[in-house]
Amino acid sequence: MIRIENLTKNYKTVQALKGVNLHVAAGELFAYLGPNGSGKTTTIKILTGLAYPTSGDAYLNGFHITRQSLDAKRQCGLVPQTINLDHELTVYENLNIHGKLFHMPRQERKSRILELLDYVEIRDRMKSPVKQLSGGMKRRVMVARALMHSPGILFLDEPTVGLDPAIRRRIWSLIKKIQQRGATIFLTTHYIEEAEFLAERVAFLNEGSIVAVDTPQNLMSRLGAWALDRIVNGEMETVYFKDRDEANRHVAHQRGSFSLRRVNLEDVFIAATGKKVQP
Amino acid sequence: MRGCLAIYQRELLILKKKFFRQLASMSVGPLLYLIAFGLGMGQDVMVEGRPYLEFLIPGLIAMNSMTQAFAIASEINIARFYWRIFEEFQAAPIRNIAYVTGEVLAGITRALLSVVVILVIAFLSGVTLNYDHFFWISVILNSYLFASLAVGLAMLVKSHADQALLTNFFITPMSFLGGTFFPVDRMPSWVQSILNFLPLTHAAASIRKSAFGLPPDSDSLLLLAGIGTVLFVLAYHSVNRAKE
Repeated sequence: MIRIENLTKNYKTVQALKGVNLHVAAGELFAYLGPNGSGKTTTIKILTGLAYPTSGDAYLNGFHITRQSLDAKRQCGLVPQTINLDHELTVYENLNIHGKLFHMPRQERKSRILELLDYVEIRDRMKSPVKQLSGGMKRRVMVARALMHSPGILFLDEPTVGLDPAIRRRIWSLIKKIQQRGATIFLTTHYIEEAEFLAERVAFLNEGSIVAVDTPQNLMSRLGAWALDRIVNGEMETVYFKDRDEANRHVAHQRGSFSLRRVNLEDVFIAATGKKVQP
Repeated sequence: MRGCLAIYQRELLILKKKFFRQLASMSVGPLLYLIAFGLGMGQDVMVEGRPYLEFLIPGLIAMNSMTQAFAIASEINIARFYWRIFEEFQAAPIRNIAYVTGEVLAGITRALLSVVVILVIAFLSGVTLNYDHFFWISVILNSYLFASLAVGLAMLVKSHADQALLTNFFITPMSFLGGTFFPVDRMPSWVQSILNFLPLTHAAASIRKSAFGLPPDSDSLLLLAGIGTVLFVLAYHSVNRAKE
């Protein structure tokens, strides 16, 4: 369970987080969306102990992130945005060092590494130096490393960024599998389809503030079911409809180029902020 | 304590992976100094009643243990700015003291390894000195001091380039002025007063005295231990500064 209360973070002249409040239930797969610079990574850094909040509180499974920082850190695993594995070391050694950092006994470390490497389907590369792995393999090693100490909460910061679609879908399956084992997952992404496919609830962050939180279905149904994109005076305009029939009736009177499609989470974000969710 | 061991073991693992490269890099500097200054001049020149080569080797030990202990800063910076592994340590449930102790121990280990390299080179050059417990205490205190300084600075710098700047401004001048290549007491008194503020001057003097079979000045050893501890405490307090 994650509880965030009035969290703020200031960097010199920039206010990166402006009083964020959020509650993520145990076992939930929660997506935290927003454009670059909206404060997603800052939130994760604060929650995982990589940065200090300016004010406010946050709890991981009941442990305060600064007052009980060591206990709070034991609750969570982190897959950061940038690959931060020891490239000189092998896959096994990377995981083993992580186990040592989390005070896992030798035998437990050994069996857990083998179990996780099977889980992320990379056991055959156990003795390979990380520098010899592909980007997708490195991501899977990072997921395995974050799961080494069996955390109750897993933070995934853009876990599929830069990966090709096939590998991305493989990582999605892995994330689903981890959630089915009971972990709480806090995911940031700017791949809208990733959040739609994976998340049970979604929060939209814009310029350090949360502008909407709900299930993807609820957020989208507030706008409608179908969207018509058309160009008006050189500008893209989108019109939303409750159902297909209403959309078809409207389309019958359209001239010029247009496209009819289902409403997605990006529509929700644009409607809420006027911005596109883009890197 | 377990966190400290994890940090230390990681550094040892990295060292092991590039052991021969490291060993070669540790050998090049002292070997060049030995050839240029030691073998070139050392046969005929006498300093403090001994051949210059015998005078030079303890100085090289002081200098190399300093530079190798300080080199842990580069390893930390690579982990911090290039590989981003420092984030992995920050996200782990280990205390700052464990992190600093692990890195300082790694710095001391590198320094000791470099000393062994010089002793082997010295032996092959026909020089055998006295390597008693005072000798090793002096070497360890020197390494402890500069490894602590390295960890503290590595936490405070904002880029790898800043670290190189600090090395150029502090470590390189100290290497030449801290009594490694010449007796400090041959310098004008005002220069001596300045050089006495350098930790390496005391380390070189202690290592040299021990290597010559004499007890080192207890003041020098206490000074090294004291400055080392102050720097260790500063390094400990610097870890939080590395967070955003």
